[in-house]
Amino acid sequence: MTYLTKPKLHHPSLPTNALGLTRRDYEGSVSTLCAGCGHDSISGAIVQACFELDLPPHRIAKLSGIGCSSKTPDYFLAPAHGFNSVHGRMPSVLTGANLANRDLIYLGVSGDGDSASIGLGQFAHSIRRGVNMVYIVENNGVYGLTKGQFSATSDRGSKSKRGVANSDSPVDMIGMALLLGATFVARSFSGDKAQLVPLIKAALLHNGAAFIDCISPCVAFNNHEGSTKSFDYVREHNETVNRLDFISSRDEITADYAPGTVETVVQHDGSMLRLRKLAADFDPHDRISAMNYLQEQHAAGEIVTGLLYVDPEAHDLHDHLNTVAPPLNTLGEAELCPGSAALDKLNASLR
Amino acid sequence: MSKPITSINDFVVKFANVNGSGSASANTLFAKSILRMGVPVATRNIFPSNIQGLPTWYEVRVNEAGHIGRRGGVDLMVAMNPQTWAQDVASIDPGGYLFYDSTKPMPPSRFRDDINIVGMPLTEICNRTYTDPRQRQLFKNIIYVGALSALLDIDASVIESLIGEQYKGKDKLMAPNLQALHMGRDYAQKEIAPIGLKVRHADRVGDRIFIDGNSAAALGAVYGGATVAAWYPITPSTSLAEAFMRYCRRYRTDPDTGKARYAIVQGEDELASIGIVIGAGWNGARAFTCTAGPGVSLMTEFLGLAYFAEIPAVLFNVQRGGPSTGMPTRTQQADIISCAYASHGDTKHPLLFPEDPRECFEMGAMAFDLADRLQTPIFVMLDLDIGMNEWLCHPFAWDDSKRYDRGKVMTYEALETGKEFGRYLDVDGDGIPYRTYPGTHPTRGAFFTRGTSRDRYAKYSELGSVYVDNMQRLLRKFETAKTLMPAPVRRDAKQKTKYGVIYFGSTTPSMHEALDSLEEQGIHLDALRVRAFPFAEEVVDFVLGHDQVFLVEQNRDAQLRSLLVTESSIDPARIVPVLHYDGTPITARFIIGEIAARLGALKVAPLREVAR
Repeated sequence: MTYLTKPKLHHPSLPTNALGLTRRDYEGSVSTLCAGCGHDSISGAIVQACFELDLPPHRIAKLSGIGCSSKTPDYFLAPAHGFNSVHGRMPSVLTGANLANRDLIYLGVSGDGDSASIGLGQFAHSIRRGVNMVYIVENNGVYGLTKGQFSATSDRGSKSKRGVANSDSPVDMIGMALLLGATFVARSFSGDKAQLVPLIKAALLHNGAAFIDCISPCVAFNNHEGSTKSFDYVREHNETVNRLDFISSRDEITADYAPGTVETVVQHDGSMLRLRKLAADFDPHDRISAMNYLQEQHAAGEIVTGLLYVDPEAHDLHDHLNTVAPPLNTLGEAELCPGSAALDKLNASLR
Repeated sequence: MSKPITSINDFVVKFANVNGSGSASANTLFAKSILRMGVPVATRNIFPSNIQGLPTWYEVRVNEAGHIGRRGGVDLMVAMNPQTWAQDVASIDPGGYLFYDSTKPMPPSRFRDDINIVGMPLTEICNRTYTDPRQRQLFKNIIYVGALSALLDIDASVIESLIGEQYKGKDKLMAPNLQALHMGRDYAQKEIAPIGLKVRHADRVGDRIFIDGNSAAALGAVYGGATVAAWYPITPSTSLAEAFMRYCRRYRTDPDTGKARYAIVQGEDELASIGIVIGAGWNGARAFTCTAGPGVSLMTEFLGLAYFAEIPAVLFNVQRGGPSTGMPTRTQQADIISCAYASHGDTKHPLLFPEDPRECFEMGAMAFDLADRLQTPIFVMLDLDIGMNEWLCHPFAWDDSKRYDRGKVMTYEALETGKEFGRYLDVDGDGIPYRTYPGTHPTRGAFFTRGTSRDRYAKYSELGSVYVDNMQRLLRKFETAKTLMPAPVRRDAKQKTKYGVIYFGSTTPSMHEALDSLEEQGIHLDALRVRAFPFAEEVVDFVLGHDQVFLVEQNRDAQLRSLLVTESSIDPARIVPVLHYDGTPITARFIIGEIAARLGALKVAPLREVAR
């Protein structure tokens, strides 16, 4: 980390987006994570995605649990409210926040300790409910902030920095997200920004539970020979099934693709996802075959990345609960309080 | 043979039934018919942690004077459960009555010779009349209600109209119920000798209503503007969440769109439930959860965060005996310390103590104003006795001119004028800072919510002096809370006395009855009903203004006394604990016995023999 504060003045030639904001307007305070940490690349990708989507940064709520990953919401989107909650409990806090105001975008950032161990239950149930959110797990297979213990996503046989092999089976968060009904599931790698940014953009505009498992090597405790979450290992075993070009509804489609290799998915809000197929036998609309494919590749030691499943017609928790269109936190006495006349009637029925 | 008990409008009927046999609605019908005759009743379910098969009891205290605490003792036992026969027969007061199903002959050794036996061949009558086994079971209950109504002189037309209201529009069900009722009445009138207990029309109910505290608290949450509820099923609080759903469907459905002006989530556990509440509160919605002691234990980590991060939340704790495998269906006031100091570090939380369903409604609504104003979790401390039993209480009232107090929230306009915003900055000395809702302003008012490692402007800091500054402000805020919580209610003795008594919550009706009775015996006590923690100055003044103060509570460890002694630095010797914690609701008899015995030891004169 650096102790220098970021200068407030921006270069006048910095490009601006449709809101007249520069990329710098989407940044946060200076990261306190280790130099080279994968998490900082993910923060950068979030900044890039929000800037490119022209999202007003203050209309995003960023929530996290506890751990290195959960510190990062301070390092992006300074104009947004952030909530560094309790270890493993970001999903419930995010769910409540989402219920209170359906008009904001909810970005939950968590880690593998936070989501696959202490918070496995809350991760699972927030996905089950279809909370409209982007849930990013910055997955490094290790507890960084407490200095190098294995996390629940560590592969069996993966070695710790001190050379000890992990004997426990890993929690497969992608598999779980698919099983539990997530309507947008992707895996990416913090070292592949070109893949990650469009995935985050598509997830941000997805109307439902969007889960991104982002392998994010820990340079301090899990980037050595023998680890299955090191930069080298992930690069070597990265099996990308598709590349996503995110196209907002107003962009003109100009690129040319070879026939049969491209598919366009139109999301609920009109945004388009242009998927370039890399694995011919992979279909991101078929939940069951996606699960099979992932299991097969995992057994072969490969790390599948890309957009793994998407339901463009997804519904969210508000749809399930049939809540009114205005955010619940804007309703006042007139909408909420039945008043004395109704009470008198009720009293009469209780005699 | 003891003299048969004779009493008009003052006796206790206890029904011994089998759980799941459909007796509850018949028994409620019985109680309501007496209410409709203008005679106050107090009803209590004593039930096991079970759905079907285990014993359950329903106690109806009929009391024209309006004492609705539990009396204790039984004048008329309706013994419908062979499983508990011996214990039920033994519990009848000498001279009392045993009403039982005499279809199968019983040996004389199974009875007592100091009680009056009233047999009725219920099973035989049912088997003769009905062929369907379920009908035999259900109508048996209505038949005994019919028989009892004849024996006790309950007006048939009152019960008929109650059945009519219950089955309005369902004529197929109404007719057979009325038929069963009259079958029971006719039999009793012809075949059973009159008994000494009678109900007479009185005009002592007035406009009072009959409702359980959980429903009342849920209604309070609707009136108080709660829009988000998250909960996990746990006895005895479950019916609060269910009542909230019911009232929301009725009162909160948008008439034009049919959409819900509320969101209710059944969490996967209590941790998620309070997490959802805190997330919603952080984002500017009024949110609550309802639970019992074990649930509060699970929520405590989050409660610490909410205390330090200053997030409004409302918790209804319907207290019961602990622990999780303990006495989930029995009442206690035993979570006072665990709620007042819930969580890690230096935390404390305001508590409200409703005395009856009416106050469950009032405090249920008020809690949301307090949570927003104080930006902190607020507990409404019900217990099973108030929560799950129907109580007779004053009708609910609402002032339509009342506006919700959303507390110190900085708006877009205020931020736009350039007003200084510091999330943890005390601008007017009451210890309460301003907050902003997420998404309010494009460039101002955003902050990063953390526990305590931040300064007045929510910037990260681990400096000791910054921490202490914040903790001192939280203490100032707690002082402010004292001025906002409902004041204690004082009831002075008819003559000057050195003795006082403090009580709270569901103890109230029994306490009032005890005070009346003690006064008749010449024992005078000033009384103070505590309604909230932090304690108002009046509570301390009350203790210091008397030589000796009794503190009546329903737990083993005198928890409210500990809280009072600790928080107000009072000499513990001034406060004598009176403790009831067997899981049954406290009775006037118990309080009178305890207080009289202790005053006797203190040689307080005059003192005559006290009631049983």
